[in-house]
Amino acid sequence: MFDFSILTNWIHNLLSSFMPGWLTVTVECVLIGVVLLLTYSVLALFYIWFERKICAAFQCRLGPNRVGPMGLLQSVADMFKILIKELISLKHTDKFLFALAPYLVILASMLAFAVLPWGNGLQIIDFNIGIFFLIAVSSIGVLGILLAGWSSNNKFTLIGALRSGAQMVSYELSVGLSVLTMVVFAGTMSVGGIVEAQKDCWFIFSAHIPAIIAFIVYLIAGTAETNRGPFDLPEAESELTAGYHTEYSGIHFGFFYLAEYLNLFIVSGVATLLFFGGWMPLHFPGWDTFNHIMDFIPSVIWFIAKAIALSFIIIWFKWTFPRLRIDQMLALEWKYLLPINLFNLVLMVLIVVYGIHF
Amino acid sequence: MVLLTIQNSTLAIAAALTGIGLVALALWIAGLISPRSFNPQKGEAYECGIPTRGESMAQFKVGYYLFAILFLMFDVECVFLFPWAVRVKELGGAGLLSIAIFFIILVLGLVYAWRKGALEWK
Repeated sequence: MFDFSILTNWIHNLLSSFMPGWLTVTVECVLIGVVLLLTYSVLALFYIWFERKICAAFQCRLGPNRVGPMGLLQSVADMFKILIKELISLKHTDKFLFALAPYLVILASMLAFAVLPWGNGLQIIDFNIGIFFLIAVSSIGVLGILLAGWSSNNKFTLIGALRSGAQMVSYELSVGLSVLTMVVFAGTMSVGGIVEAQKDCWFIFSAHIPAIIAFIVYLIAGTAETNRGPFDLPEAESELTAGYHTEYSGIHFGFFYLAEYLNLFIVSGVATLLFFGGWMPLHFPGWDTFNHIMDFIPSVIWFIAKAIALSFIIIWFKWTFPRLRIDQMLALEWKYLLPINLFNLVLMVLIVVYGIHF
Repeated sequence: MVLLTIQNSTLAIAAALTGIGLVALALWIAGLISPRSFNPQKGEAYECGIPTRGESMAQFKVGYYLFAILFLMFDVECVFLFPWAVRVKELGGAGLLSIAIFFIILVLGLVYAWRKGALEWK
């Protein structure tokens, strides 16, 4: 398995051989920024295409197929189209907050994006409280959405933002508690540490029934976190036109769209990290030949493939279930997922402390 | 761990600046190439075509506050549980007992809110 830290160390040594320390750090930060920016936008564009293709397949259509092979360049073309659309300046908006909201939404997803373990030795931020940092920064997104809805000075956007706020805030609990359950099992909060702990066997196989329950709860809560699928009532188009981003035009709207798709990737990436071993290949203790063959697949491919497979399930939800009402949505979280999650946490603690196996 | 020599906080700042840079860059490009036209009607709020009646930044349903307060309670719980979660095995039975008291009080809080009807959307 190729260790990417060899490559990054080589770049570091090359740069530091002819540069002072502070300049090396600056250049490396700029390089990381450029790589982040490229991955972020390419992945978001890919996801937009991916969702449209899947949606088309579920509805027995072809989907985008004109621009590029299999319509792959359709979302690139859409990006250019959205860039040349006019940014309408509105009369009654709160100008400062209106401009600030897209920054917050993109910032939240970018910071969460940088924490994900991309491959062997390929991870940008590795705090020892990594997963906690991830939960913390992803909640900045709620602020952006609330500000967007409030500052637009429109009734549709206000209702959309409040619904979205209530939904994201509620489901964040379930996300947090599922993560907590897995942290109890892993015994560490560092992203690298959690991946390392799944070297022999992914948590979904090794952590007994609580891991499976936590995974199901996480997947439902993650879908709601991204305002997608059956939980898209903040932007229920039949009631609220487009929800909190009704008043945004051109690329301003594009930022919300971009962040929504990236959040889909982040949610599936975190699920991959917690339950499916991050970039670790599929290993079973004892199956030496099988493990050895699996090691040949590069770690980056493992991570991205697992994340995309999970995203497929989340997209599948969207085209399978009808939209929930707000009372049903809140009841699902507070009356079902939260008690299940608390019970599940107790189960996991019993397994870890007393070694009881289910 | 990409580069051991760089502090994680520096990297976090770099990532944050990248996010801000993305928005600023895209807005700058859009500002250069997007058309501009003036029309007094364009700046109006998006409605059915008639002017909005009343204040839009109005009061909203109190139910949203209720869920926000409940969230605050459980989120703080979650934050307190994280440090213990890392050391569950080492702390063992004694740690479990002390966290159980904390946990039961919070579950009682949820039960109270449930019985009071705070979880119903009216």
